[in-house]
Amino acid sequence: MSLISIFKSSIGKKLLMALSGIFLVVFLTQHFLINITSVFSEEIFNFLSHFMGNNPIVQFILQPILIFGVIFHFVMGFYLEIINRKSRGANYTRYAGGDNAPWISRNMIFSGGVVLLFLILHFYDFWVPEMNYKYIEFLPEDPNRYYEELIHKFESPIRTLIYSVSFIFLALHLLHGFSSSFKTIGVDSKYYKPIKSLTFIFSILIPFGFIFIAVFHNLMH
Amino acid sequence: MKLNLKIWRQKNSESKGGFENYVIDNITPDMSFLEMMDVLNQKLIYENIDPISFDHDCREGICGSCSLFINGRAHGPDKGITTCQLHMRKFKDGDSIVIEPFRAKSFPIIKDLVVDRSAFDRIQHSGGYISINTSGNTQDANTTPIRKEDADNAFDAATCIGCGACVATCKNASAMLYVSAKVSQFSYLPQGKVEAKERVLNMVKQMDDEGFGNCTNTGACEVECPKGISIKNIARMNREFYKAKI
Ligand code: HEM
Ligand code: SF4
Ligand code: FES
Repeated sequence: MSLISIFKSSIGKKLLMALSGIFLVVFLTQHFLINITSVFSEEIFNFLSHFMGNNPIVQFILQPILIFGVIFHFVMGFYLEIINRKSRGANYTRYAGGDNAPWISRNMIFSGGVVLLFLILHFYDFWVPEMNYKYIEFLPEDPNRYYEELIHKFESPIRTLIYSVSFIFLALHLLHGFSSSFKTIGVDSKYYKPIKSLTFIFSILIPFGFIFIAVFHNLMH
Repeated sequence: MKLNLKIWRQKNSESKGGFENYVIDNITPDMSFLEMMDVLNQKLIYENIDPISFDHDCREGICGSCSLFINGRAHGPDKGITTCQLHMRKFKDGDSIVIEPFRAKSFPIIKDLVVDRSAFDRIQHSGGYISINTSGNTQDANTTPIRKEDADNAFDAATCIGCGACVATCKNASAMLYVSAKVSQFSYLPQGKVEAKERVLNMVKQMDDEGFGNCTNTGACEVECPKGISIKNIARMNREFYKAKI
């Protein structure tokens, strides 16, 4: 009873935002670890992609949870943004937000919004053809098709550029979001230093790793 | 110094309000910002114009009455001070200064630059106390040993003067810094532990009912807070809140 009532409060809503954000961070890490194999081994990449694409637990349990998590995170993000803007009431004529808080922390809705636009493109690029392949046209499964599909996508320099720019915004989103989520969860301030370092490493390594993968395939094929 | 002032004027809470421009001369660098406002008001009185209402009381940075959003910053262009501690040497001859009231849905404007911060009082009433009888029969302070670190943290939190700069500057108009200071001030100490649970639940509930926004950890509040209340109190309050709920 009182556990549910947590989420009625402002702190509880922020907790949901933080938990869904951390969930997405975990997913992102997993996604990255699979994709990076495409740089050095076609076989491993095909093997892992085939597994992820055909394992019933991944397909029918983890994938719906992921989709729910993504939708929940950005819907909640927009909802809280609206409430927060209303809490201001009339806007300031002059507001020097940059004097006391970094840009990234004040523009999460913007960096998140760019990531959302990217996700729509990404769904259209990979998920829609995948669903079409498996469940609409019922094509026979070919465990070696994934690598070909991937490099085919990154033949286009425009797509590679769009992906790269989006990942820069993801980096900006995470540079604030990653450490912020720990504060929301209530982690003691004595851990802020390691959290800050971890935030920096993660937010640079993962998004720029994704950019590396996209650019690598664009240049190599 | 000669200054161009653009000041928010509003007759009462219902009226719409808008900016008025004023030019003021002979301001010296050692005047405080509020003294500059006094000079302007004196001038307006001589001109038979309604003087500008603004909050102030102690004029030494301890009461938290003075507010004002000056050139886009709560308490003006400096860190860790109240408006009464802001001096005109922070400005240059010929500067334009925009002066607005603190803006938050939960701080409605009463007149001109005066806002109603009684939402803070209601939050305080909902739990910012201990029910130990302290009248006449106070014990020696050292009978209950308290860790130095906890005593320091409690004292730091207790220095909050309830000025509302944290709300005014927060992009979400969140009151989390204020409320977390008021919660931590007690919960660090054994005397505050007794009612710790209800305190955090009631104060957060009152904060939400008043319509303050949700904290997104931008950190703007602790930069503008005249008393240097640390944002670590917010994570601490979150923790207390979850514990109280579970
Ligand atoms: C893979 C994609 C994403 C990841 C990994 C991610 C991660 C995170 C994390 C860790 C947080 C911190 C939560 C907290 O402050 O407690 C966060 C906050 C937030 N995210 Fe995302 N996010 C992603 C996509 C999005 C999208 C698509 C939006 C859409 C608008 C969005 C909007 C927001 C907003 C508004 C916040 C709250 C800002 C704040 O609390 O400072 N995010 N995100
Ligand atoms: S926390 Fe700081 S800024 Fe907020 S009300 Fe207290 S003294 Fe003012
Ligand atoms: S008038 Fe008391 S703090 Fe400024």
